[in-house]
Amino acid sequence: MNNKQESMSNTDQYEQISSDTFLRGLWKENPVFVMLLGMCPVLAVTNSAINALAMGVASTFVLLSSNALVSLLRDFIPKQVRIASYIIIIATFVTMVDYAIQAISLDLYNALGAFIQLIVVNCIILGRAEAYASKQPLPQVLLNSLGMGAGFTFALLCLGSVREILGTGSLFGLMLFSENFQPWVIMILPPGGFFVLGSWLLLFNYLAMRKKQNISLNQDVTLRQESSDAG
Amino acid sequence: MAAFNHLKNNSSDWLMLRALVLIATISGLLVVMSFSLSKPYIESNKQQAIDKALFELVVNASDKKEFIIAGDKILPASELMQLKQEQSSEAEIKPLYALYNKQEKLISLALQAEASGYQDKIQILYTFDPKCQCIRGIKVLKMAETPGIGDKISSDKDFLQNFIELDTSLNEDWGTLKNKIVSVKHGKKRHLWEIDSISGATISSSAVARMLNQSAQQFVPIIMKHLSFLQSKVLHRKPGQQGKAVLELSHE
Ligand SMILES: Cc1cc2nc3c(=O)[nH]c(=O)nc-3n(C[C@H](O)[C@H](O)[C@H](O)COP(=O)(O)O)c2cc1C
Repeated sequence: MNNKQESMSNTDQYEQISSDTFLRGLWKENPVFVMLLGMCPVLAVTNSAINALAMGVASTFVLLSSNALVSLLRDFIPKQVRIASYIIIIATFVTMVDYAIQAISLDLYNALGAFIQLIVVNCIILGRAEAYASKQPLPQVLLNSLGMGAGFTFALLCLGSVREILGTGSLFGLMLFSENFQPWVIMILPPGGFFVLGSWLLLFNYLAMRKKQNISLNQDVTLRQESSDAG
Repeated sequence: MAAFNHLKNNSSDWLMLRALVLIATISGLLVVMSFSLSKPYIESNKQQAIDKALFELVVNASDKKEFIIAGDKILPASELMQLKQEQSSEAEIKPLYALYNKQEKLISLALQAEASGYQDKIQILYTFDPKCQCIRGIKVLKMAETPGIGDKISSDKDFLQNFIELDTSLNEDWGTLKNKIVSVKHGKKRHLWEIDSISGATISSSAVARMLNQSAQQFVPIIMKHLSFLQSKVLHRKPGQQGKAVLELSHE
């Protein structure tokens, strides 16, 4: 009985599906550039574009499938055991991804190292399960998770491509410069991860600030126009 | 039973248990399913990686055969299962690859070796030429050395020159190597059993020396003892003769 009542009252809180359900993960609530979540893989596996892409796709798969299952079982999982349940669900899909990557390419698997298994503790995924998937029905959850995953992959690619170009002079393994290009090796080492992440954060914050200023500027203009019209 | 009834009566406990059991069951099914689905692909990937490395190292090889070194015996790899059933002992089992040319003559043997490098384990494949009793080449299978510093062990031309003929000849009693394989500072190589380190990557270079020395000390004596068994490729092809050949050798 209790359960039923809860789910009834939940219905009012369901989000209306809109383009924002998907898009906010990409931009307004980008897990890396805005929420600063999941920094461990962001810094560790972005030393090349292909590693970044593989990590992004793997995380997106785990995000999508585990949150879909959490959403489907949301009225079935009592609050007291929800963390245990979510962790088992997430760990299951991470294990599946682990095997899948080994089956696709051992080179890729070796390059990503322990970070595939560490998707288990990526806080973007548990955070989504707790804050969104446990309260919303399947279509909303699928869209929202896909957006978050795309936003995470986008951020990883931003870092990975810059670090690969500067650190080895190539992109996705294709040489971009002539033989005598001297690569900036520090960029594919751990400190390079911090440098590039810092630069991207600077850029995104700058853009966000400019947008805010523009909006307030426009408001000023319209206000002034209105007042002059009235006058 | 009493405990079960208690659970059923206490509905919130029952709900928690039911949820966890269901989730664990789903999890178990999915994990086991993906494991068994991916297993053949993973194994063939591993095999392909080794094959590729083998035929790159020994360019004139046309065929390869797998053996295992178990204790001080060498057996065809096909007998691995049988061996595992027979002896529960923890005798170390090591794969050994034999490479033959078009005339079905043994030209090289290959083994894997590993040691800790600067960051993580370095795993290599090396070829051993029984004719000169020397190492003829190495190939890095797995490493996490620093790009631009330690990872030169797989690409630096001067460093790889060390392994065109790295002396591993045995003592008179065929027990150990005559000379330990060691790494020396860059430019200080004087003997065929020394490895000229990469300047600035002493740690990675000496890891390679350490793993080769450890592996060669242990396995070159065994290989040399069983050489006639490895040389005759045709012999292993006839089923039924395999067991006999091994028996004869183990009585040596
Ligand atoms: C960030 C960083 C990464 C390094 N990575 C390696 C490495 O992968 N392999 C290695 O042998 N040395 C590496 N080194 C250098 C070692 O600490 C050590 O200085 C070097 O092996 C000594 O070589 P040398 O005796 O030729 O001067 C690294 C050093 C730094 C600062």
